[in-house]
Amino acid sequence: MAKRIDVSGLSAYYGSHKAIDDISMTVEPRSVTAFIGPSGCGKSTFLRTLNRMHEVTPGGRVEGKVLLDDENLYGSGVDPVAVRRTVGMVFQRPNPFPTMSIFDNVAAGLRLNGSYKKSELNDVVEKSLKGANLWNEVKDRLNKPGSGLSGGQQQRLCIARAIAVEPQVLLMDEPCSALDPISTLAIEDLIGELKERFTIVIVTHNMQQAARVSDRTAFFNLAAVGQPGKLVEIDDTERIFSNPSVQATEDYISGRFG
Amino acid sequence: MNSAPSISSAPPPSAPPASSVSGKAVRPGDRIFLGLSRGSGIALLVIMAAIAAFLTVRSVIAISGDHANFLTFFEWNTSGPEPKFGIAVLAFGTVVSSVIAMVIAVPVAVGIALFISHYAPRRLASPLGYVIDLLAAVPSIIYGLWGALFLVPHLTGLYSWLDDYLGWTGIFSYDDQAPRALFTVGILLAIMILPIVTSVSREVFLQAPKMHEEAALALGATRWEVIRMSVLPFGRSGVISASMLGLGRALGETMAVATVLSPGFLINVSLLNPGGGTFAQNIASKFSEADEFGQDALIASGLVLFVITLLVNGAARLIIARRKEYSGANA
Repeated sequence: MAKRIDVSGLSAYYGSHKAIDDISMTVEPRSVTAFIGPSGCGKSTFLRTLNRMHEVTPGGRVEGKVLLDDENLYGSGVDPVAVRRTVGMVFQRPNPFPTMSIFDNVAAGLRLNGSYKKSELNDVVEKSLKGANLWNEVKDRLNKPGSGLSGGQQQRLCIARAIAVEPQVLLMDEPCSALDPISTLAIEDLIGELKERFTIVIVTHNMQQAARVSDRTAFFNLAAVGQPGKLVEIDDTERIFSNPSVQATEDYISGRFG
Repeated sequence: MNSAPSISSAPPPSAPPASSVSGKAVRPGDRIFLGLSRGSGIALLVIMAAIAAFLTVRSVIAISGDHANFLTFFEWNTSGPEPKFGIAVLAFGTVVSSVIAMVIAVPVAVGIALFISHYAPRRLASPLGYVIDLLAAVPSIIYGLWGALFLVPHLTGLYSWLDDYLGWTGIFSYDDQAPRALFTVGILLAIMILPIVTSVSREVFLQAPKMHEEAALALGATRWEVIRMSVLPFGRSGVISASMLGLGRALGETMAVATVLSPGFLINVSLLNPGGGTFAQNIASKFSEADEFGQDALIASGLVLFVITLLVNGAARLIIARRKEYSGANA
């Protein structure tokens, strides 16, 4: 199921502006890797290069390699649509399709990939909603619109939608920043369960969250506004938060910037 | 007991504090704006009521003097001691030509709008949008002249072809006359309503939330699948509204229809042969020569057009409201 991500020499641009510079890292399968760093340091941009969503932005362009196990996502002849079916994504703001029911939201990805029997769809939807710890809350109203759920439920619905297609990797871009603490806790618990099955990469502004959920943490920083963001270091989360090898990391996590 | 100071025991301020919050602060601007907006609202209702009253009074005079069934009679004779006239032909012509126009224009307009909003490179999109908007500025008499002098002679080939393959349906049989027919009117109306439907649809598609497009993309949707999953559902009610605007124009179009159509008070099963008429075209071509009763009769036909337009709009509102909780509006 889960695959290793190997990034080497990756830079991303918006037009002529270089947003991130020469990033290399390895993300182990079945682990949670957190990206932390100040706003504008390119964490989200980097995350979006991992499923080729960056190039959807007008002017967005990427150099370098991203290997998923041994396959280069940016190799010639690789279809970005196929990449996104393998590398799922959950966004900052919950974004269930407003015109679809809860059931249809979860089934949306499957229906893209081909035709399924109704019974197969039922099974996958139930399994995915259970996987996202949402089944008990919505099982009696699967035909109601997804936009009627609370913010936290909507975000878990989006996670269910993402895992329904059984991706190899799950990317999460600040998935809890629009949620209250209780919903956040629910998502964090869920991340702990999901890492048994998926490789998870999560961008977060909340350092306690990074410390709570992740196995490894990557710290990104930028030299100045307008400069490209860089990977400062990546290490075991415990080490990053207790004894990081770079001074800038320690300054950032202890609240002393610069 | 008294040692703890509390807010209520604080000395009262020198100015009376009550008046600063309880007094009504109405400034001249508020009063002027209130009067202006209330006045416009009332004026609108009064004008609408006046139009309705005018139409109804004159129509009642006409219909009570009609010696035939106003709704089902096929001819239009308003002079003489026993006037006989009915709107059957006009209603048929108006509805059929507008439906043809919608069937042709709406899919094309949605296609152009999607191309401009989601496919075309930005360098191409804005000039293209500008050209479409420009089409809306062409006066309808110009469309009419173009239709009569260019479209009509150039459609004979297409109509012969339709006759060869679809003539057996009756609707598409064609006897090689100059096609000043309802179908030609429909095509012309389609071109005329294309700009309005296109530009309203384009604006709606451009407002489709990025986050839902990204949600679809991240699931591995192709560009068309993104449009189908997030843009079209969001734009649905907007496209319906746009179509209704276009339909309103098609139903009421006068000059272009009057220039192209060779009118006749008959219902021709074949839409490719001349004949038929529309409400607006009939009013325009007969009004100047009509006596007072003739005018009343034309006004009565105008009232029917008004009612048809009202029904169409009501139906569109119903369609939009029916699935409100699934619309993009509550995202």
